[in-house]
Amino acid sequence: MVKITFTDYEGTSRDVDANVGESVMEAAIRNNIPGIDADCGGACACATCHVYVAPDFLAKTGEQEAMEQSMLDFADGVQENSRLSCQIQVSEELEGLSVTTPESQH
Amino acid sequence: MSADQKIVILGAGQAGGQAAVSLRQFGFEGEITLVGDELAPPYQRPPLSKAYLKGKLDRERLFLKPITFYEDSKINLVTQVSATKIDRAAKTVELSNGESIAYDTLIIATGARPRALPVPGADLGHVFDLRSLDDIDMLKPMVRGGHHLLIVGAGYIGLEAASAARELGLDVTVLEMADRVLARVTSPVMSDFYQRTHETHGVKIITGAMLSELKGDDDGKVKSGVLKSGEEIMCDLVLVGIGVIPNIEFVAEAGVATKNGILVDRDCRTNDPSIYAIGDCAHRPLVHYGRDGRLESVHNAIEQGKIAAAHITEKPRPNEDVPWFWSDQYDVKLQIAGLSQDYDEAVVRGDPLSQNFAVFYFRAGRLISVDAVNSPAEFLTAKKLIAANADISPDTVADTTISMKDIMASALAKQG
Repeated sequence: MVKITFTDYEGTSRDVDANVGESVMEAAIRNNIPGIDADCGGACACATCHVYVAPDFLAKTGEQEAMEQSMLDFADGVQENSRLSCQIQVSEELEGLSVTTPESQH
Repeated sequence: MSADQKIVILGAGQAGGQAAVSLRQFGFEGEITLVGDELAPPYQRPPLSKAYLKGKLDRERLFLKPITFYEDSKINLVTQVSATKIDRAAKTVELSNGESIAYDTLIIATGARPRALPVPGADLGHVFDLRSLDDIDMLKPMVRGGHHLLIVGAGYIGLEAASAARELGLDVTVLEMADRVLARVTSPVMSDFYQRTHETHGVKIITGAMLSELKGDDDGKVKSGVLKSGEEIMCDLVLVGIGVIPNIEFVAEAGVATKNGILVDRDCRTNDPSIYAIGDCAHRPLVHYGRDGRLESVHNAIEQGKIAAAHITEKPRPNEDVPWFWSDQYDVKLQIAGLSQDYDEAVVRGDPLSQNFAVFYFRAGRLISVDAVNSPAEFLTAKKLIAANADISPDTVADTTISMKDIMASALAKQG
């Protein structure tokens, strides 16, 4: 189990136990985290699981593939530390990961 | 709505599941009963013909919410039961298990069922539909090398299954009645692209194919498909993907207005103020197109689940997005924004002989839809442009020297 903290745009934080091998998006959906829609279920088709990764964890979340990069290019409110949470695989290395969700995914 | 209200949701698919989740999210504290005719809790269907068929995704990972969610959220999830009759005067629903259930508000999310193959032999063994988790679980053990698969219908589902089956080493033949694949849903340039892609991967595609019969062996298992032309295609597994029929008969019998689906307004209300309809079974206003229609998509299921829940809990109506879809085949991701039916001009951006291009569809000079092949920028931009009803010319989108960012900026600037 890997602890991940999701903080919504109003500042409320929620901790979840994520399973190694699932995506950060799946951990959020399983635990009913508001602020992540993930309409396409993780197919990297919709850009509705956008999160901001705490800067010290950004490198540990892995490289973005071209598809994710392009999707993020056109999402709203994108920052340097934006990721699609369906494309971040949970690993032991991510223990204590902190991400913030945007005000809206649409 | 007060806490002594009872909401019954008929259908535990993506739409029904979303409505239940959203009702709780929006603060509804009354009783929620979610009735589904399958064994599994609400789950995602799209991976069934993709990652799940290929064995790349565990069953539990298809579930929209873990099974414990329903108990924790006080949602009564009733599985393997379907509705048979609605008594609108008494506000009750009769169920297939003989029970009757009372409602104050009813949400119909009964989805659609696969169209049955109208030929002799359709009931033979090893002939499968591609709709439910059960369908896939039954056929999955056979989806491996050495088997000869015949797919009837070259729609997105059939072609996705063909792609998964080829990756697993099956010998695959696809039959299509029309003169091209995907004929009902997209343009000839896209049909050509997919036909070529599948043929490159070793799929045999027969268009203009009229299946007259499936033949079985002595054990009652399918052994071949016979075409009207007389051609016989040997196979030991058949997948049928020839479209779906909305599950609305018992709703229409109760006097709820239907067309090709249950007629609803923008808040998903039917002509009975106590009854809502959402998802594949609903015939809804398509606000970006000035008409109405029935959508078969995840986007629609999620959106209408939220909209109905919002209306019931007196929250503002969630955004009505431009309809969107996707399809994964081999290493090709297709993303579709908008509805291309009735287009009068199709413009290609990029090279359709490559793996990255997009087709923009216009009607009366207005952009109405885009098919984006491995082109997320085109997809996301088009979705925004269609939502904004932006003024954009076919010549502009065809010009690949102008980036999609610039195209979007100038189109939106024109609107002021």
